[in-house]
Amino acid sequence: MKTLEELDSLREKLQADMKIREKNNNITVNVSMGTCGIAAGARETMKVLIEEISKQNLKDITLTQTGCTGSCQHEPLVEIKKGADKVTYIKVDRKKAREIVRRHLMEGKVVKEWTILD
Amino acid sequence: MNMYRSHVLVCAGAGCISSECKSVQNALIENININGLSNEVKVVETGCMGPCDLGPVVMIFPDGVFYRKLKPEDTAEIVTEHLLKGKVVRRLLHQAGENSDQAVTFDQLDFFKRQTRIALRNTGIINPESIEEYIARNGYQALGKVLSKHSPQETIDFIKASGLRGRGGAGFPTGLKWEFTARAAAAPKYVVCNADEGDPGAFMDRSILEGDPHSVLEAMAICGYAIGAEKGYIYVRAEYPLAVERLEKAINKALEYGLLGKNIFSTCFNFDIEIRVGAGAFVCGEETALLASIEGKRGEPRPKPPFPAQEGLWGKPTVINNVETWASIPPIILNGPKWFSNIGTNTSKGTKVFALAGKINNTGLIEVPMGTPLREIIFDIGGGIPNGKRFKAVQTGGPSGGCIPEEYLDTPVDYDSLVKLGTIMGSGGMIIVDEDTCMVDLAKFFLEFVQEESCGKCAPCRIGTKRMLEILERIVEGKGKVGDIELLEELSQCIKTSALCGLGQTAPNPVLSTLRHFRDEYEAHIKEKRCPAGTCQALVAYYIDPKACKGCGLCSKNCPAEAISGEKKKPHVIDLTKCIKCGNCKDKCKFNAVFTS
Ligand SMILES: Cc1cc2nc3c(=O)[nH]c(=O)nc-3n(C[C@H](O)[C@H](O)[C@H](O)COP(=O)(O)O)c2cc1C
Ligand code: SF4
Ligand code: SF4
Repeated sequence: MKTLEELDSLREKLQADMKIREKNNNITVNVSMGTCGIAAGARETMKVLIEEISKQNLKDITLTQTGCTGSCQHEPLVEIKKGADKVTYIKVDRKKAREIVRRHLMEGKVVKEWTILD
Repeated sequence: MNMYRSHVLVCAGAGCISSECKSVQNALIENININGLSNEVKVVETGCMGPCDLGPVVMIFPDGVFYRKLKPEDTAEIVTEHLLKGKVVRRLLHQAGENSDQAVTFDQLDFFKRQTRIALRNTGIINPESIEEYIARNGYQALGKVLSKHSPQETIDFIKASGLRGRGGAGFPTGLKWEFTARAAAAPKYVVCNADEGDPGAFMDRSILEGDPHSVLEAMAICGYAIGAEKGYIYVRAEYPLAVERLEKAINKALEYGLLGKNIFSTCFNFDIEIRVGAGAFVCGEETALLASIEGKRGEPRPKPPFPAQEGLWGKPTVINNVETWASIPPIILNGPKWFSNIGTNTSKGTKVFALAGKINNTGLIEVPMGTPLREIIFDIGGGIPNGKRFKAVQTGGPSGGCIPEEYLDTPVDYDSLVKLGTIMGSGGMIIVDEDTCMVDLAKFFLEFVQEESCGKCAPCRIGTKRMLEILERIVEGKGKVGDIELLEELSQCIKTSALCGLGQTAPNPVLSTLRHFRDEYEAHIKEKRCPAGTCQALVAYYIDPKACKGCGLCSKNCPAEAISGEKKKPHVIDLTKCIKCGNCKDKCKFNAVFTS
């Protein structure tokens, strides 16, 4: 550690891993993981999301899971929340999951055709 | 970077360790592996989270869901329901009382809700063995800031302006202490951390050392820069092996990262820290005795002045501060003195950590703004007195302090208000006693403690406390004489004014304080040969109230002396000639039918 700037940049890097323990996260990505979700492949979706988010080094994102949300026919469901805004993606397979990370989380564009209106 | 979607924090503070948190942690990891979640879920072992009697406790992030009293068997459900499917396992949540709601996340618990954590900002939240987690929570930023942006004097001025007072007992202004040492002419100078923590019932220093060791190292280095010292010592008692181990690891990591050692942050400032393990004598917490002990001499106090700021370690100017004091330093540097001095009361700034022990529902560690009323600490955060018993008093300041009875519960707790009530803040141990505690016996407990711990160097302490103890023993045995109270008072005054060090000077305080607030209990023992709390064995007799007795027979089953007889469903009686006064019957009776004279 030679300078304060060096410490700062190290901290930034390390903080990404700790953000999860604070409650003021920017974006929450929620995978619905009821029995129906898991049967429809939500575990795979979750794994891909983790992979992609780590690979792209995205910060301020909380990835978490909920139980069945009641729309079993649309599983796997992925909900992305930022403040009051909520977008729900349906039938998210591996490919869609990867695209959602790229287009929604990185470029900030909602992929309309895969969503349902709440 | 490897992303985890969930962090499972397992408390490994002393309380949780004794309730077997390790096996819970192992079972958790095993179940996480079985379910193939090990790349998604990270298990983190933390220092003490605080609510010790709920242990083993686990917090699951990002939501902060709080599970308590876990058994290894519970972990499979947590993994398959919560971690896999996102469903909270309700039966493992905390519920404060029968009628209250379950708390899902930790911040819904009254215990956490009312706290402001500065010294404990990381304790229970980070992995204490990871310097990376400390850095991620702004660790070593304060050191970097003073070294690259502020002069030593500015650093001292920050601490002075914050109003921080020593958390180890006497409450001396920390900035002033640093300034005296900085101005002293002699060199080299030293920085010392007092981690002896001898007060019965106190464990805040231990929890900080075990839960956030880097905060102490960083603060000591800041002080080293401020006063012009290159060497620090941490004096920690041998009974705290885990603290010693974590401190050693922390020092090595800090050296590796160049945050201790030579030319820190590319400046000409060098600082390193050594650990000294003390044998755990109470008097070694006294600063001059502690310094002597570091020098390899007997841990005996010497008269002050000269104060350590002038002549400390090896006769050189030395800053000695308490663990909690140290842990408060980095946030003050980072957030500014105003931020800190806006918290607390006029004369006592910031927050104070208290260790709640004794007859209280939530035993454990809390940190609240100075000036928080005792009632809020004991009833709202501490959850009140168990088993429907009445609050009687709270002992603060350990053997150097005194007790506060019920009528003063609305007192805001700060250094000065406690002194007005005849006690002191001390290190922040709070021992709560209920109606079943005899105050004479409580005073005797503390006097026994100091009597044993007296180093024996000076006569008032060595002989005087012995005499006082003998009188107290006589009183609780029902052999007290008229005039004993006056004799106790006289001895107390004499010891207070003539003992050499703080141990002797404060040893009579628990006696004086119980005399001040509970004089009638002493008188009942002496004049009526009666113990109002019904606990001094020699003075109690057990009776059964025939109206309240349901004749269930539970008492006679539990009486080791076969002193209780009676027919089923008819009132029982105790044969006082056989009764050995063990009190089992009173404890066991579900109908409160057993009473004491
Ligand atoms: C008998 C006796 C025991 C003490 N034990 C401790 C102790 O265990 N820990 C501590 O920090 N201070 C203890 N002190 C107070 C220290 O002498 C000293 O005042 C303190 O470490 C200064 O640090 P502070 O200004 O940060 O409070 C004790 C004092 C006396 C008289
Ligand atoms: S007051 Fe007690 S502990 Fe202190 S120097 Fe005298 S004998 Fe030793
Ligand atoms: S336990 Fe209580 S109620 Fe039962 S026989 Fe004894 S005194 Fe009576």
